[in-house]
Amino acid sequence: MNDLKFSREICERCETFDCLTRCQYLKMDFATAREERGRLLQGEKARVLEECVTCYACEEYCPYGNHPFYQIVERQEQLGIWPVPKPVTKQQILMMAPKGKISPKKVQSPVVNMCYFPMFTGSIRGKLFEGASTIVGSDFFCNVMWLHFGKNSVIRERLPEVIANIWEHYLSDSGVEELVCFHDECYGTYTRLAPAFGIKVPFKPVHIFDYLNKRLDELKDRIQPLGQKVAYQRSCSNRLVPETQPWMDEIFKKIGAERVDRKYDRENALCCGTIFRAQQKDDLADDVQKRNLDDMAATGAKFCVFSCPACLFTLGESVFKRGIMPILLNDLCQIALGEGMKGG
Amino acid sequence: MEDVYQELARIVGPAYVSNQPEERFIYSRDPGTMEPREPDFVVLPATTDEVQKIVLLANRKKVPLVPMGGGLVLSGLSRPLKGGIVLDLKRMNRILEVNEKSRYVLVEAGTSQGMLQAYLQKNHPTLKHSVPDSPPMATIGGNVLIHGSGHLSHAAGFHSEMLNGLEAVLPTGEVVKIGSCSISPYWFGRAPLPDLAGLFLGWFGTTGVVTKVAIKLYPNRPWQDVGVFVTEDPELVPEVFYQAAGVQVAEDITAWMAPKPDWARGFQHVNINYAADTPEELIWKRNLIRASLKKLIDQKTGGFLPLPPPMKKNFLEAPQTTLAQFADVRKGGGFEYVGGIMPIELFPNAYRAGIEIAARQGTTYSTGARIIGPGHCMMFFFAYPFNRADEADVERARRALEETNGLVLDLGGIPWKAEAPAQRQILGRMDPGTLNLMDRIRAMLDPQGIMNPGNWEVR
Repeated sequence: MNDLKFSREICERCETFDCLTRCQYLKMDFATAREERGRLLQGEKARVLEECVTCYACEEYCPYGNHPFYQIVERQEQLGIWPVPKPVTKQQILMMAPKGKISPKKVQSPVVNMCYFPMFTGSIRGKLFEGASTIVGSDFFCNVMWLHFGKNSVIRERLPEVIANIWEHYLSDSGVEELVCFHDECYGTYTRLAPAFGIKVPFKPVHIFDYLNKRLDELKDRIQPLGQKVAYQRSCSNRLVPETQPWMDEIFKKIGAERVDRKYDRENALCCGTIFRAQQKDDLADDVQKRNLDDMAATGAKFCVFSCPACLFTLGESVFKRGIMPILLNDLCQIALGEGMKGG
Repeated sequence: MEDVYQELARIVGPAYVSNQPEERFIYSRDPGTMEPREPDFVVLPATTDEVQKIVLLANRKKVPLVPMGGGLVLSGLSRPLKGGIVLDLKRMNRILEVNEKSRYVLVEAGTSQGMLQAYLQKNHPTLKHSVPDSPPMATIGGNVLIHGSGHLSHAAGFHSEMLNGLEAVLPTGEVVKIGSCSISPYWFGRAPLPDLAGLFLGWFGTTGVVTKVAIKLYPNRPWQDVGVFVTEDPELVPEVFYQAAGVQVAEDITAWMAPKPDWARGFQHVNINYAADTPEELIWKRNLIRASLKKLIDQKTGGFLPLPPPMKKNFLEAPQTTLAQFADVRKGGGFEYVGGIMPIELFPNAYRAGIEIAARQGTTYSTGARIIGPGHCMMFFFAYPFNRADEADVERARRALEETNGLVLDLGGIPWKAEAPAQRQILGRMDPGTLNLMDRIRAMLDPQGIMNPGNWEVR
């Protein structure tokens, strides 16, 4: 059940090898990429299976939308390759398991899915989220993170239940059909990964960028342009939904912020580094984080905006030490609306 | 006994002595499972001179005298097993001298861990002492004297090894100084003299009342980090200890294992805390520690948890406040543990046996270990929370402790700060020559047998 919709034929016919040659971490030449592709398709052990840092970027690079990254993860699991040490992986899987602590309740639009980030529910506030309901917790956790651990099986096992929890216990009974996804991962899960694995999604996922854009349009009379330079830390999971990038540009325009032009943004964005540390590659994490922070600092940005809470956890303190204020996207919008940040 | 009360009141003032039921009740117990034993008097001296007078009084009247620090050992060592006077030293809490250059502090024995920690943070922020994972009201003197350990024990050993010198009132009333302070105005250490500190370390107050201690201080480095290494095979843990400790750049190495939360069950976590003067030094130390565990990482049989900075804050606390949460897991506030001092290679056996005992006795558990020195031994603890209001629960924990004490000895370890029944188990296995020597020392120092009787009773 839930076979991955990956086309071997498309991959075999591809002459770009963008998925491998454009990788910022593997540093693979064209000839090597061709060999690696062959091994992957044959189901053999390959360098990419051992060295993939699971940044998701190849999902974005593939010119045919053929899910090369999901396929890499599929092969890792089939061949018993553990990108992250076994006990760490097993413990994380247990830690993030659904707890079955669901308290069905009536919700009203907009319903914001906070994924597994209860500590950020306080940021759903003010005019931007007037009247919003939130759902949060392990029972609503999208589980896409197991792509980092070579564990598609966990996604297959848990995602249908998560979708059912959201739909049956909240949205359906309340007559709500849309779910605003606070985290790129959730939106990527429901719009990309679930269809790729043949899992049906009964509600309409709405990306947080899309939602914010609409609200900013409705509240445009209240907006006080920020007039600030802002660096954007693009998350790995945004690679799953690259069509959302222009929406981010629109938000910047609407709140009067300058999305600073920097080397490590857009398709060239760098991972926050947490997953490198899970893979026990601290040196790589140090290097990538330093390059990323140097790049941000060189732009003179006053803020670094995050759409991924995990990236904020990982980089927030280091960003702050560089004299740049780390901030979630919706909090930045709150400032533009004159509502300030919580607590100040 | 009224004359004893009057005499005590004359020595310390009436506000600091009591024979009332409230105080006798409070001082009859500690937070562990041992049965309460009421004192006849509780007295709180403020000076060595007052301690001396109380000791002389106890000698004259042949009244048992039980020195007490924070009263937090959990094994009931400051319960007056044969009645008499509990000598609470908490008023003797002055910090007398900090020597920055030679990195030591001289305190009165009743100074609390929290007081010293706060004092150093405020007045000498480049220095720190090794903080045990006890509540902050635990005393410096008490913890040193029971061979405690803490957040610098990997770097510097048991807290008794961090002792530079002490002042004590002998059971016969003489005041003695031990260490360099017996000759010099400096309390810099115990060498090169005959080391008499051993007459007081680990004796549970049966050889005198320690009134002052000087302990070593260490650099309080501004950059700190922690790695939490996880395995799911207890057989691997001694190797983790051995390798990580062998690098000798960490300050503290501890292990923790528990059945709750569910994600923790079956895994062994080793926290490796380290500190540095610069970020570069911190990374250098991290890399050395990581390199020492490379084999296990490459085999994918162990690895460090990917903790972002905000999630590390709890692991960087000293003392660890999460232990207090565990202590109340059964509600009712009861918590006790057996700390077994033993070689690190005994970890797998101790781990498995601890789980078996908890299951057999129908109690929950938490186990863990702290590495002493560069892996020379460990303090392996078996902790059992219980509901103090539920006598059956208390009894379950008590039985688990008793069985665990036997286990520790069977494995080749020694129960730490052993309660009176465990002391008897230890003495029962002790070399006869050692036993005889202990007896002679005790008889020589305390001919009246007034000091904390019922503990380390060789005869």
